[in-house]
Amino acid sequence: MGLLNKLDDPYYGGGIILGKVEDILNWGRSKSDWYLQFGLACCAIEFMAVNASHFDFMRFGCIPRTSPRQADFIIISGTVTFKMAERIKVLYEQMAEPKYVISMGSCSNCGGPYWEHGYHVLKGVDRIIPVDVYIPGCPPRPEALEEGMIRLQEKINKQAIFNKRKRLAEEEKQELIIDN
Amino acid sequence: MQAQEIYEKLKAEFGDAIIEFNAEPFFDPFVLVTTDKLFDICLYLRDTQGLEFDYLSCLGGMDYKENLGVVYHLYSIKLKHTFVIKVTVSKENPFVPTVERIWRTADWHEREAYDMMGIQFEGHHNLIRILCPYDWENFPLRKDYVQPDEYHGMKVPY
Ligand code: SF4
Repeated sequence: MGLLNKLDDPYYGGGIILGKVEDILNWGRSKSDWYLQFGLACCAIEFMAVNASHFDFMRFGCIPRTSPRQADFIIISGTVTFKMAERIKVLYEQMAEPKYVISMGSCSNCGGPYWEHGYHVLKGVDRIIPVDVYIPGCPPRPEALEEGMIRLQEKINKQAIFNKRKRLAEEEKQELIIDN
Repeated sequence: MQAQEIYEKLKAEFGDAIIEFNAEPFFDPFVLVTTDKLFDICLYLRDTQGLEFDYLSCLGGMDYKENLGVVYHLYSIKLKHTFVIKVTVSKENPFVPTVERIWRTADWHEREAYDMMGIQFEGHHNLIRILCPYDWENFPLRKDYVQPDEYHGMKVPY
């Protein structure tokens, strides 16, 4: 968004920023995303590596929360079995709005190696909860997860906060027009 | 102690309950025993001087297409020798006595064999599913298993 770059701009000068409240709110929101401390399978190992000092997830402003009530987003890091799927849905529903989901790895994207004979695996977590960012890989490298995080921040930055209902209604109307 | 000697000891003690001894190279030597004497044989293997199998390293369920089976891998930490026991049961009547009271390890292993293969361990104190959800139907690692279309409203096939 480059809000801070405007300070260097001679046109704006004098330490004054002209901008939208929405931008500054989104800037704050995207730079302090707290995630649910929650891992599922082998992907969770990579996820832990991202948390550790080499990759340092905290520089994105991400702090692990152990309660879904305090979490802004959840990383589905691994194989979603049917037994776990129901728990994931409960966790997701317990999170406060606005909430985001990152699907990490082939397993949670589409079933991964269990796509054919995995009688116990849900073939994609998007069958039960909406997903914002998909990260491919089995497992994705830590850099890939960081890339996913940057994508999520970009997405949050672009979100509309005010008059959301009105805007959504308008969008819906337009979709209807297109559909018809 | 070598497998041959263990077999001879067992044969002298239990006679007809020992159906077969197999010591082909490249495989762990094993004996096939009858289910009704299984508990006594296991107890004997654990408590006899010179055998002392104090550790059950693995208990696994098997599907041999016509039959089901259970394989017990034993190890003696004290005497450092191994031995394998097998039993087979029919699919219609898959009852095997539990060895949970001999080796505590068998508790969860038997639950897993029940969960995956449907082998019923008689006398087990808590024979419920361990990996699949409690309301899962059928036994998924049987060779004739057909996966369901749906579980709690979630589609199972890709
Ligand atoms: S995508 Fe690969 S690494 Fe990740 S949970 Fe699935 S099998 Fe494990």
